[in-house]
Amino acid sequence: MSRHSILRVVAKFMIPFIILFGLYVQFHGDFGPGGGFQAGVIIAAGFVLYGLIFGIENARKVVPAWATRVLLAFGVLLYGGTGVASFFLGGNFLGYNVLANDPVAGQHLGILLVEAGVGITVAATMMTLFFVFAGQDHE
Amino acid sequence: MISAHLPVLQVILPLLSAPLCLLFRRTYPSWLVALIMSWASFAIAAILLGQVLTGEPISYLLGDWAAPWGIEYKVDVLAAFVLLLVSGIGAIIMLFAPGSIAAEIPEDRVYLFYTMYLLTFSGLLGMVITGDVFNLFVFLEISSLSTYVMISLGKSRRAMTAAFRYLVLGTVGATFYVIGVGFLYQMTGTLNMADVADKLPAVTETRTILVALGFLTVGIGLKLGLFPVHLWLPNAYTYAPSVVTAFLAATATKVAVYALLRIYFTVFDVEAIEAYPLDEALLLLGLAAIVSMSAVAIFQTDVKRLLAYSSVAQLGYMIIGISFLTITGLAAGVLHVFNHGLMKAALFMVIACVFLRIKSVKIEDMAGLGKSMPLTMAAFVLAGFSLIGIPLTVGFVSKWYLITASIEQSNWIVAALILFSSLLAVVYFWKVVEIAYFRPRNDGAAPISEAPALMLVPLWILVGANIFFGIHTDLTITSAMAAAQSLMEVGP
Repeated sequence: MSRHSILRVVAKFMIPFIILFGLYVQFHGDFGPGGGFQAGVIIAAGFVLYGLIFGIENARKVVPAWATRVLLAFGVLLYGGTGVASFFLGGNFLGYNVLANDPVAGQHLGILLVEAGVGITVAATMMTLFFVFAGQDHE
Repeated sequence: MISAHLPVLQVILPLLSAPLCLLFRRTYPSWLVALIMSWASFAIAAILLGQVLTGEPISYLLGDWAAPWGIEYKVDVLAAFVLLLVSGIGAIIMLFAPGSIAAEIPEDRVYLFYTMYLLTFSGLLGMVITGDVFNLFVFLEISSLSTYVMISLGKSRRAMTAAFRYLVLGTVGATFYVIGVGFLYQMTGTLNMADVADKLPAVTETRTILVALGFLTVGIGLKLGLFPVHLWLPNAYTYAPSVVTAFLAATATKVAVYALLRIYFTVFDVEAIEAYPLDEALLLLGLAAIVSMSAVAIFQTDVKRLLAYSSVAQLGYMIIGISFLTITGLAAGVLHVFNHGLMKAALFMVIACVFLRIKSVKIEDMAGLGKSMPLTMAAFVLAGFSLIGIPLTVGFVSKWYLITASIEQSNWIVAALILFSSLLAVVYFWKVVEIAYFRPRNDGAAPISEAPALMLVPLWILVGANIFFGIHTDLTITSAMAAAQSLMEVGP
C-alpha cells in the first residue's frame, strides 16, 4: 500500500477519531445507546484499518501477540472480578449496590467496570481474529 | 458467608480460571488450575446435593435482582444430582488427563486444551444450575463452542471435519432452542422457568406454544444425540482426543437430557407433553435408537466409534424412561443419566490407555491386550458388564428400573426390546473382549506394557464407582426418585 498516499494520509487522520468515537461509545454507554461490545468492535476497527493500510507486521508491532492475549484474559477477569468483589462486600454475585456508599453510585461503578471488561475483551478478540486470518500467524 | 454463594461459585470458579490458563501458557500450571477447580466444583456439588436432599431447593439471585426480572440460579435435587455427576467426572478426568493428553495433543497447545476444558465444564455446570431459559442458552453456547475447539485438537486431520460438522449441527440445535425460547417469551413475557410455567397454562392451546415446543425439542434433541439427529456424534467422539471423548460422552449429552427434562417438566408439564403426543414420538425414537444403534455398533471396526454408537443407543434408554411420563420412568431416566456417565467415562478412559500404548483404536490391533495390559482390560470388562447391565453393576440398576417402569404400564413390547438391545450390547462388547483376550498378539508387534499408574488409578476409581453404586444404591435411587417426584409435581 506504500504507493497509495491518499489512503495512508486519510487512514492516519481517521484512526485517532475512530478510537475516540469508540471510547465515547464505551463511556457514554451508561447514559445512552452503546456499551462495551460496540465500543470494543469500533476500537478494534481502528487497529484493523491500520493493519490493512500499513501491513500486518507494522500492526503487530503496535499490538503484539502477547498484548492481545493478556487483554483477552484481562477483560474477562475484570468482569468476573467485579462480581466476586461484590460478594466479598456483602452482596450477591454482580450485585453492584454494595460497591460504593450509596446504591446508585454502586450501580454506576459496577456497570462501568463490567462494560470496560467487555470492551477490552471484545477489542482484543476482534484484533486476534483479524491477525490470525490475515497473517496466518499461529498465535 | 461463602456457603451462601455456593451456587454461583459452582459456575464462576471454572469460568474465571479459564483465562488464567490462557495467561500461564504452560502445561503444568494450567493442569494444576484445572485439577484444583474440578475438585473444588466436585466438593461444592456434593455439599449442594447434601443441602437439597435434606432441605428446600436453593435459589440464588444474580446481581440481587428479584427472580422473574433477574437471573435466578436454582438448585433442586435433580440439578444437584447432575451437578455431582458432571463435576465428579471432571475431577476424575483431570487426574487422568496429563498422561493421555501428552501423547495426543502437541505440547504447545496443551494449555489451550485446559482452557477449553474449563470453559466447557463451567458451561455445562451453568446449564444445569440456571433457572432461566435464556441463560441456559448462553451456557449451552459457552459449552458448545469450547467443545468444538476441544474436538478439533484431535491428532487426525479428520478431527477438523468432525468438529466442523458438529459446529454446524450444534449451531442449528442452539438456534432452534433460542427460537423456541423466543416464542415462549412472546406468549408469556418472561424467561424465568418457574414464571414461564406459571403463565403457560393460559396460552398452552395456542399454535405459537406448539411451535415453540417443537423447536425446543428438536434443538435440544440435536445437542443430545437423539436418534435420528445424532449424525454429528460418532465422528466427533471418534476423532476427538481420547480424554475429550471420555469427558464429553459422560457429561455433554447428559446435560442435554437434563435440559430436556427441565423444559418438559419444569417449564411445560405432563399434561402438555401428553396433549401434543410427544411422549409416543419420543418412545418410538428411543426404541429405534436402542435397537438400530446397538446393531450398527456391532459392525464397527474402531472401538471409539463402536462406543459412540453405543452411546446413542444408551441415550435411547434415557429417552424411553422419560417418555413413560411416570415417576418410575423418570427416575429410571435420571438414574441412567448418572449411571451411563460413570460407565462411558470408564470405557473411554480404557480406550485412552490403549491408544497410549498401541497408538491405534482399531479392534483388530487390540489382539493380545488381555495379557499385556491386564489391569486396563479388566477395567474394560467390568465397565462393559455395567454397559450390558449385569447384576452388581450400575447398568443393572438403571435397566431394572426401566423395565419395571415399562411393566408397570403393561408395555411388554418395550420391555422385550430393552432386553433384546441388551443382548446386542453383549454381542458388540464380546467382539472386543474376544479379540483382546483370546487372540494372540500379532507376530513381530512391539511388546506392550501396562498403562502408567497415574492413569490406572483414576480409571479404577471410576470402575469402583460402577460397582459401588451398583450395590449401594441408596444415594443414586433416593436422588433419582426425589428428582422424578419433584418433576411430576411441578405444574398444575
